[in-house]
Amino acid sequence: MSQQGYVAAPPYSQAQPGMGGYQGGFGTGPAQPLYGHYGGPPQAFTTPPAGMLKSPASSAAGMPPPPVSSQYSPNVQQNGAHPQRYPSPPAVYGQPTQSPYNSMASRGPPPSQQLTNEMSALNLGNYGPGPMQSPPPPISSVAHQPFQTPPPPAMGQPQMLPGSQSLNMSPQMSSSQSPQASMSMTSPQMPGPPMAGVGRPFPGPPPPGPGGFQQPGPPGYPQQAGQFGGHMAGPQPGMPGAFPGAPGSLAGPPQKKLDPDSIPSITQVIEDDQAKQGGQVLTTNIRGQVPPLVTTDFTVQDQGNASPRFIRCTTYCLPCTADLGKQCQVPLASIIKPFASLPKNETPLYVVSHGDTGPIRCNRCKAYMCPYMRFIDGGRRYQCGFCSCVNEVPVFYFQHLDHMGRRVDLYERPELSLGSYEFVATLDYCKNNKPPNPPAYIFMIDVSYNNIKSGLVKLICEELKTLLEKLPRYTQEDVGFVTYNKVLHFYNVKSALAQPQMMVVSDTAEMFVPLLDGFLVNYQDSRAVIYNLLDQIPDMFADTNESETIFAPVIQAGVEAFKAAECSGKLFIFHSSMPTAEAPGKLKNRDDKKLVNTEKEKILFQPQKGVYEQLSKDCVAQGCCVDLFLFPSQYVDLATMADVPSHTGGSIYKYSNFQVETDGEHFLRDLRKDVQKSIGFDAVMRVRTSTGFRATDFFGAIHMNNTTDIEMAAVDCDKAVTVEFKHDDTLNEENGAFLQCALLYTTINGQRRLRIHNLSLNCSSQLLELYKSCETDSLINFFAKSAYRAILNQPLKNVREILVNQTAHMLACYRKNCASPSAASQLILPDAMKVFPVYMNSLMKTAPMLGSTELSTDDRAHQRLSVMAMGVEDTQLLLYPRLLPLHNMDVSSDILPAPVRCSEERLTDCGMFLLENGHSMFLWLGQAIPPDLIQSIFNVPSLAHLQGDMCALPELDNVLSKKVRSIISGLLDKRPNSMKLQIVRQKDKPEMLFRQFLVEDKGLYSGASYMDFLCYVHREIRQLLT
Amino acid sequence: MATYQEFIQQNEDRDGVRFSWNFWPSSRLEATRLVVPVSCLFTPLKERPDLPPVQYEPVLCSRANCKAVLNPLCQVDFRAKIWACNFCFQRNPFPPSYAGISEVNQPAELMPQFSTIEYIVQHGPPTPLIFLYVVDTCLEEEDLQALKESLQMSLSLLPPNALVGLITFGRMVQVHELSCEGIAKSYVFRGTKDLSSKQIQEMLGLTNSAPLGQQGRPLVPQDAAAFCRFLQPVHRVDMNLTDLLGELQRDPWPVPQGKRPLRSTGVALSVAVGLLEGSFPNTGARVMLFIGGPPTQGPGMVVGDELKTPIRSWHDIQKDNARHLKKATKYYEALANRSAVNGHSIDIYACALDQSGLLEMKCLSTLTGGHIVMGDSFNTSLFKQTFQRVFSKDYNGDFRMAFGGVLEVKTSRELKVCGAIGPCVSLNSKGSCVSENEMGVGGTNQWKVCSLTPSTTLGIYFEVVNQHNAPIPQGGRGAVQFVTQYQHSNTQRRIRVTTIARNWADAQTQIQHIESSFDQEAAAVLMARLGVFRAESEEGPDVLRWLDRQLIRLCQKFGQFNKDDPASFRLSESLSLYPQFMFHLRRSPFLQVFNNSPDESSYYRHHFVRQDLTQSLIMIQPILYSYSFHGPPEPVLLDSSSILPDRILLMDTFFQLVIYHGETISQWRKAGYQKMAEYENFKQLLQAPLDDAQELLHARFPMPRYIDTEHGGSQARFLLSKVNPSQTHNSLYTWGQETGSPILTDDVSLQVFMDHLKKLAVSSST
Repeated sequence: MSQQGYVAAPPYSQAQPGMGGYQGGFGTGPAQPLYGHYGGPPQAFTTPPAGMLKSPASSAAGMPPPPVSSQYSPNVQQNGAHPQRYPSPPAVYGQPTQSPYNSMASRGPPPSQQLTNEMSALNLGNYGPGPMQSPPPPISSVAHQPFQTPPPPAMGQPQMLPGSQSLNMSPQMSSSQSPQASMSMTSPQMPGPPMAGVGRPFPGPPPPGPGGFQQPGPPGYPQQAGQFGGHMAGPQPGMPGAFPGAPGSLAGPPQKKLDPDSIPSITQVIEDDQAKQGGQVLTTNIRGQVPPLVTTDFTVQDQGNASPRFIRCTTYCLPCTADLGKQCQVPLASIIKPFASLPKNETPLYVVSHGDTGPIRCNRCKAYMCPYMRFIDGGRRYQCGFCSCVNEVPVFYFQHLDHMGRRVDLYERPELSLGSYEFVATLDYCKNNKPPNPPAYIFMIDVSYNNIKSGLVKLICEELKTLLEKLPRYTQEDVGFVTYNKVLHFYNVKSALAQPQMMVVSDTAEMFVPLLDGFLVNYQDSRAVIYNLLDQIPDMFADTNESETIFAPVIQAGVEAFKAAECSGKLFIFHSSMPTAEAPGKLKNRDDKKLVNTEKEKILFQPQKGVYEQLSKDCVAQGCCVDLFLFPSQYVDLATMADVPSHTGGSIYKYSNFQVETDGEHFLRDLRKDVQKSIGFDAVMRVRTSTGFRATDFFGAIHMNNTTDIEMAAVDCDKAVTVEFKHDDTLNEENGAFLQCALLYTTINGQRRLRIHNLSLNCSSQLLELYKSCETDSLINFFAKSAYRAILNQPLKNVREILVNQTAHMLACYRKNCASPSAASQLILPDAMKVFPVYMNSLMKTAPMLGSTELSTDDRAHQRLSVMAMGVEDTQLLLYPRLLPLHNMDVSSDILPAPVRCSEERLTDCGMFLLENGHSMFLWLGQAIPPDLIQSIFNVPSLAHLQGDMCALPELDNVLSKKVRSIISGLLDKRPNSMKLQIVRQKDKPEMLFRQFLVEDKGLYSGASYMDFLCYVHREIRQLLT
Repeated sequence: MATYQEFIQQNEDRDGVRFSWNFWPSSRLEATRLVVPVSCLFTPLKERPDLPPVQYEPVLCSRANCKAVLNPLCQVDFRAKIWACNFCFQRNPFPPSYAGISEVNQPAELMPQFSTIEYIVQHGPPTPLIFLYVVDTCLEEEDLQALKESLQMSLSLLPPNALVGLITFGRMVQVHELSCEGIAKSYVFRGTKDLSSKQIQEMLGLTNSAPLGQQGRPLVPQDAAAFCRFLQPVHRVDMNLTDLLGELQRDPWPVPQGKRPLRSTGVALSVAVGLLEGSFPNTGARVMLFIGGPPTQGPGMVVGDELKTPIRSWHDIQKDNARHLKKATKYYEALANRSAVNGHSIDIYACALDQSGLLEMKCLSTLTGGHIVMGDSFNTSLFKQTFQRVFSKDYNGDFRMAFGGVLEVKTSRELKVCGAIGPCVSLNSKGSCVSENEMGVGGTNQWKVCSLTPSTTLGIYFEVVNQHNAPIPQGGRGAVQFVTQYQHSNTQRRIRVTTIARNWADAQTQIQHIESSFDQEAAAVLMARLGVFRAESEEGPDVLRWLDRQLIRLCQKFGQFNKDDPASFRLSESLSLYPQFMFHLRRSPFLQVFNNSPDESSYYRHHFVRQDLTQSLIMIQPILYSYSFHGPPEPVLLDSSSILPDRILLMDTFFQLVIYHGETISQWRKAGYQKMAEYENFKQLLQAPLDDAQELLHARFPMPRYIDTEHGGSQARFLLSKVNPSQTHNSLYTWGQETGSPILTDDVSLQVFMDHLKKLAVSSST
């Protein structure tokens, strides 16, 4: 697949020379003056903000609702201290628990948020001047009090608006204050399903000031980009210094810090959305409806569009023309998680059968019957919503239309009324026109010296006994066992046997399965023999001294086994070391830290070509999904070893320096989760779109044989595919845009099914609409995946530059076209994207994107590959971990304590924080944590008594301990991966590990802090605008 | 001196040798004029209950290129303690241990009755025998069950210290590890991949454990600890292996409609050979291959798995239409040679209704001295008893099998060795007594015979090299010494030495002597072996033509006749039967492929070139006994005239035992007279051939096919195809009415054959 989809503007390959821009901003030279005045004048309030920051953070974090008011008072005072300069209190923004902000947001998403950076100081606009009139219940009215003073620009669209921007403001005010007005204003722009009518809290902000949109086609965007590049190249030709270098240099002189609370906060946004939409029912009957955030709890009622659990988009309103798309540079993409698990209170997908002829499909574009098919001619024919082709309705499917032109049986047929449903696939959809056999699971255990010695083999064998009971199936032949070191051992566990039989295959060059009958067996039938086997395996190899292993032949064996049994299935491979034995797929150590930060760094991420490439193809062709559990003690060339899993819809788990005592439970949790995941096999997915645009690029744990069919050996409930769209033609505002994702797969019971997800999107020729309908979490998912793919082919430096550039472009375009004119020094962010820079900055600080020799190459490759298959929830959490204060929570309440921002400043010496990002989990203990807290959690008298490597909390009978443990186990349950709990003490060495997850801070190895990044982006924007 | 008959018999009994000529023509020219070469049938391990082996080593001639063994023909100077080699005339001192010899105190090897003597030489520890079962699992359930039982039974017949191993194959090849407890373990090989011996040993994990046996030095079992995973002493794994065999399942891979099961015989054998090669070179071992069909995949494949393509027939082969033939044959030959080098023999037990690829695989047994047994099913007594008989024991309680034999032939100067025909491979030892003229496996005077039984017989061909005008060689006698080194089944190394001498005769003056010394039986078999040997490589008609010409020339040489007067033709008694043997040989399945599949031909030929003289003669000219109320059972002519209504015939063709009830007899039998008390004599008459047949069945290896048929029975064809068609549908009415039943054939009868022979012999034109 090509990499073109990554960014619209400068392709990576062209970017090098001019891309010094990033460093430019932060480095020496021209950047200096900027920092000069950035840090200069505000000296006056250096101390106050610091003090202000500390106290509110510590106190605010602990007690969610009540202390709000008290917490505010200092802020108010602060504000009071500089009244003339900061008419509106900057603190409002970032306060984690600040209700005013909530209320402000809940009142209706302001179209944009603007940060102002004036010449003398970074000047933050006055956000959320408590507009009391907000319709939804204000969370805490108290909090609003202080903010009533500033001019009521409402909307939380808080800008520091000197005069001129009133043009921008006034409509916003009116919009929120008088819904009718807003209605009338939006109606001409948004035909079709009236958004406001549904009561969606989307009082479409009024048409922006004419100024913004009057110049329809100003200078072409690409052109601009070119200029930009050239421009940057000039001043910074010899500046190889990395971006990260800059903050370092900044650290020297005492800096005037911007108030971190004043910049957009993710926790705040999440909290607001939860408050606004949490617990509500989302009815998917509206085209282009923007769903709540992934972090928000809501219930979905399918009424014609797929649930956001299945599909999320970067924007729910597509630009009408390709030019418009190019101009704004907002990527158009969907993140599809076809097997997403649904909460219990949502209806599982209906299964529809259209009889022997198979599902009804459009003759031309082959789209499946769905709510977007328009029945005409009295119901005798229907027009395809995707290609407009008019098709005959098959006789058996005929139904009369009612007076509205809808079929009478509309609500009896899921395929006519729902966004997601399944078809029973006929034999035409099966391999060789034969119904598939139920998928099988094969457990392949590396029994080389390392795994035996670590006790892993014994652990696995013990676990399998119970685990197999939980296999999600009630079918026939389904489990098989293989052990291997330099050779493979297959086991015949036929129920008729008294003893299992071992068959050794040493011909690793041409792998084959030595037996058919008895290898894949029904676990229930063969339980006695399997138990016998699992008991014997650890003993049989107890005195092995074989330390060499093979790998590719192991996978090959699995493929061959499935081939022989004519089924699809999953391999669970438990592997310890780099495969160095003489066999296909033998690997060499190619870990070379010297490559880091060079043009050749990409080599470290690239899998070795050859054997594994072919193996992936074979696996996918057979529907063989590979899950790899790695237990390495050193470099194993994960990039190559994980190549097959990452193309077959498999997962990769890595437990470095595995020890049964500390990592055993963690591994077993992963294994149990993995085995029980709902999953479909031998899948092919196709994304069809209505005319005007089409899917062009795909990211995920997938294999593409051609440009349209997404092949997956298996797809489970956590695997998502990100699909990028490009314009073919002009889209029509009236018709909107449809996409239909059809997934053909084999169920765990061996039925062939088609899972259909439909989604309708709006189209608009107004960029503002697009920005309004953006979803940051999806955007960042797309950016993460495309950047992670890009690093396979380009130097990291380029990729980072492109990310920043595109970020700047997106924001600049908004500023230019959608926001009201304002001082150039103001940073104006679209509301839907206001926290985008945090994520982007975090993304650039992730291990794969950091050229640091401190990081293990395998870990970087691992993270890179894991992200490729992630859904929106997972990337969101990964890029912005949750930091929960546990020391002052309400133990009697069921709700989680409200997360705080991921910054060191939010930690308190006497606090206890839990941090998790879906992959790691830390319990951070402050130096001054009260001993009684320690006692009740750990049952030791003080912090000093705490044992170093603890991986679980002791089970103590007190409310706090119970509560903490229940929070942890709750989180472990919720996440796709299990996490190992690491306990770190403040100022201890392991704290370093923890620190790297505080993504708003300066990176541990390199990388800017959120604040610095924001400033830099702002500078870029300004440059773009000039 | 008694008659030649007695002399020949005595020689055979004592030395296991039968020469075509017992007077040797004294010059090369005369020898060639005799048509039948100076040659002999030699049975190296002929059972000699009266011959106790001596417990010391043979005394060898000290000349480096002679090394003949001291024998009764040597001149001995008892005073000087010196003996003269009768082959090279080297004078050798006796070794110190012979210090006490004198005319009255002679070592056994100098006594004339010990012209054959056996020495026991013990070098190093005894090496156990090895039996490696290679079992096809693509069998019908019933067959497999029967085979499993036979194999389990065989465990009790093996010597307890023998090593035993098991390889099973179908689509895959499995080498079973026998030592492990708990989980039954096997190594599996893909059935389609040709692996080198080294690869096989690597894959079996044999390379890095024990050092391989040095060249020529057998491994002692302790060294071979690693190999014991696959080859274990019977007494230790008896139970284990019995269970393993019991659990053996049919090849589980599905066989689609219209396909043959995939049978990886080639790889299985290659693994077996590779395993033994690496672990036990130069140790007696038998690979016992049990197959129920042709190899259908991988190297050595004989036919594809499509049932619609039938396995090659003679017709295909003649039309050069057998596409796997050459490749497979080459593959198996290479395997056989490797196996032979290491002294391992390969038996093939093929039980299938269709052909199973014996044509391609026969070299495995032929070159290594292994057995071939062909049957219809493993669930027949033919197989079961034959297999049991492999483990039969002799009068000492030792197995009738010997391993790793090396036969060396030494000749006096006037004689050279042209070659040998039998279950042997050349060791390419080019001594001074090797002729350039090759007959059979030539160019050497040493052959390896990996497996020997007491009846294993080789045909050895000589050439007289004395020039025509040279005087009759000194001493008037030529001598030949056969030295056979082998591993006895009780694991001793032994050497058997047979030294014989024959007088030279001047063919011009003593032609009658020579003629009367002609052993026509031996000559017939020896010529037949030459014919069969040629038939393996040449077209059938050429061989027959060659045989005819030899016969005619012989008749011309020794017949008495007037020129161009066929009626005057006479042959002396010593040659009288020879033409008849040739007549039947021409009709035998050894030279005729019509009505035989290539597998059958191979099978017959294989046995023909290894059996002793008596058995070979039966094969050439089956024996027919007649039972009637007219007198005691009598041998009758193998002629259609012997087929009479009131007779019961018993025909022994070696491969078949046919009991044929004449028309009347069979009607009586159907009427049930034998059940009536008053017809007790009829019951006895019916019983008599059965009893005789039983006796033959018991003595024979392999078990013949036992056929009980009657006049008009379909199986009567076995008899009808063998008898001389003296009456055919053409000649019936001209031959009067008193005898026999006509044979529906266009084959010529013996009478016609003889007439032609006479005509040609007396004709002056040839």
